[in-house]
Amino acid sequence: MKRIPLYGMAHARSGDKGDGSNVGILAYDRRGYELLCAELTSERVKRHFGGIVRGAVERFELPNLLGLNFLLHDSLGGAGSASLKTDAQGKTHAMALLRMTIEVPDDYDPPRSGPRGAVAPGGELDAEGSGGSR
Amino acid sequence: MADRMVRIANGQGFWGDSVDAPVRLLDEGPLDYLTLDYLAEVTMSILQKQRRRDPESGYATDFVELIRLVLPRLRQRGVRVVANAGGVNPAACGRALLEVAREHGAHGLAIGMVTGDDILDCLDDLIASGVPLAHLDDGRPLAAVRERVLSANVYLPSVAIAEALRRGAGIVVSGRTTDPGLVLSPMMAEFGWGETDWDLLAAGTVAGHIVECGAQCTGGNFSRWWEIEGWDRLGYPVLECRADGTFVVTKHAGTGGLVSVDTVSEQLVYELGDPARYVTPDCTVDFRTIRLDPDGSDRVRVSGVRGGPATNTYKVSIAYLEGYKAVGTLTISGPDAVAKAKVCADALWGRLRHAGVEFDQTITELVGWNACHGDLDGANGRAREVVLRVGVKDASQAKVDRFGKELAPLVTSGPPGVTGFAGGRPKATEVLGYWPALVPKDRIRPEVHVEVVP
Repeated sequence: MKRIPLYGMAHARSGDKGDGSNVGILAYDRRGYELLCAELTSERVKRHFGGIVRGAVERFELPNLLGLNFLLHDSLGGAGSASLKTDAQGKTHAMALLRMTIEVPDDYDPPRSGPRGAVAPGGELDAEGSGGSR
Repeated sequence: MADRMVRIANGQGFWGDSVDAPVRLLDEGPLDYLTLDYLAEVTMSILQKQRRRDPESGYATDFVELIRLVLPRLRQRGVRVVANAGGVNPAACGRALLEVAREHGAHGLAIGMVTGDDILDCLDDLIASGVPLAHLDDGRPLAAVRERVLSANVYLPSVAIAEALRRGAGIVVSGRTTDPGLVLSPMMAEFGWGETDWDLLAAGTVAGHIVECGAQCTGGNFSRWWEIEGWDRLGYPVLECRADGTFVVTKHAGTGGLVSVDTVSEQLVYELGDPARYVTPDCTVDFRTIRLDPDGSDRVRVSGVRGGPATNTYKVSIAYLEGYKAVGTLTISGPDAVAKAKVCADALWGRLRHAGVEFDQTITELVGWNACHGDLDGANGRAREVVLRVGVKDASQAKVDRFGKELAPLVTSGPPGVTGFAGGRPKATEVLGYWPALVPKDRIRPEVHVEVVP
């Protein structure tokens, strides 16, 4: 087994749903979807988000899109204009989920490169991942 | 007839989206319908406040200016427009449009106005007759905030806009309608879909959901952003729709961006709840039935959508005054930017506490460190500089204004390297609470009015 970040095996989008947010995450292939289903339990997603998600996490499956949809309840500090947060609509929650790492079999190669491979050498996006910080 | 194709575009994902996008859609390729979404949940209450000051306001004025600019092109190319630009005053929006049409000499142009969504004046009657308008999430009856309600609007069914189109309207403005309904309604009018053709209504709803946020299905907000080219001329979405409910998502040739199975599927899950039951005033949709197939460059074919009967209630979007808030920022340079920002924050909250001021809610964020993803990064890395962002919310406007006076002193009475205090003290602004509720359909009467320019 090896540990890889989700952004090589899936893409995602998030937005607000009342006083919470939703994150839809979509695998690039069937095997990736099965790994997501096995690894991304509601409990693990809630743990990953830590203090951001105060309420429960609900999970729904969209096998036709190779996707999982998560509702992150009470994750915005109030609904709509009532929130004081910079990210009052959970727009960045998808990026937060894609930064999670999961255990996959050694023979599973993520179908896509992550952002580090795409930005200029010495990419400055993230401190996590393969030896991150400079 | 069965093979007839109708092109429907969306040129505005929200009020404040690109002002050029709708114009470009008209100029950059073929089109039958241009749809424009102007209303977010809080927009209605802002418009309601405007209308209280001026009875002829309360709608999206940008839309009238857009029509002033493009009306000759619309007429020349036979493009019809559907927009929820009416806000809380579709009739006034319609009157402004008629005036613009007269200026242009647009004889014979029919303008449709869809109303009946505004139930602000009926709330007490509804409550008295046993409709509690209970909060959808926690069940509290509306009575809890009744005296602070600023606006109340029902999401009207798409059949109302479709009716205006069937009666020949070249431009239709509505108040609160669903975002997907702006696209579904022309499909209903063009293809003669009935109010119980659930699978077809569901397909049109999915089409609307895909394009309702404008460029979010054509490369905007896409996870693999580095694969997107032409950000400065990003294409907005065009749907090629057919009577059987299948459609192709695409964009005009030569525009930037990308339409792929990945960009479309990502938008399908945007703001999604339970995929098995996506509820609109028109139908319910099972998002697990949607099939996406590549159909050439920048083209995705959508098929297989299955739907079910609509519910017997409409969703109501109610806004009420929840209190006041203020947010302020200071920029803090390195070395030790994070440590110094924390000293500033502790000093600020301590000083307010000593002054006897406490708040219903506060926030402390270090932008550049933890504002978006909290502690996800742990204590790794180093911020070269951060923005300290602090804010409060409270029922008392005076307390919120008191908070605003505590920020500037930190420049001279905090650690070194604190700057960026510009624009004066943060002022208290109103916080609008959002109250979603349900109302029985038989209590609401959508109205359609079509007026022809003489």
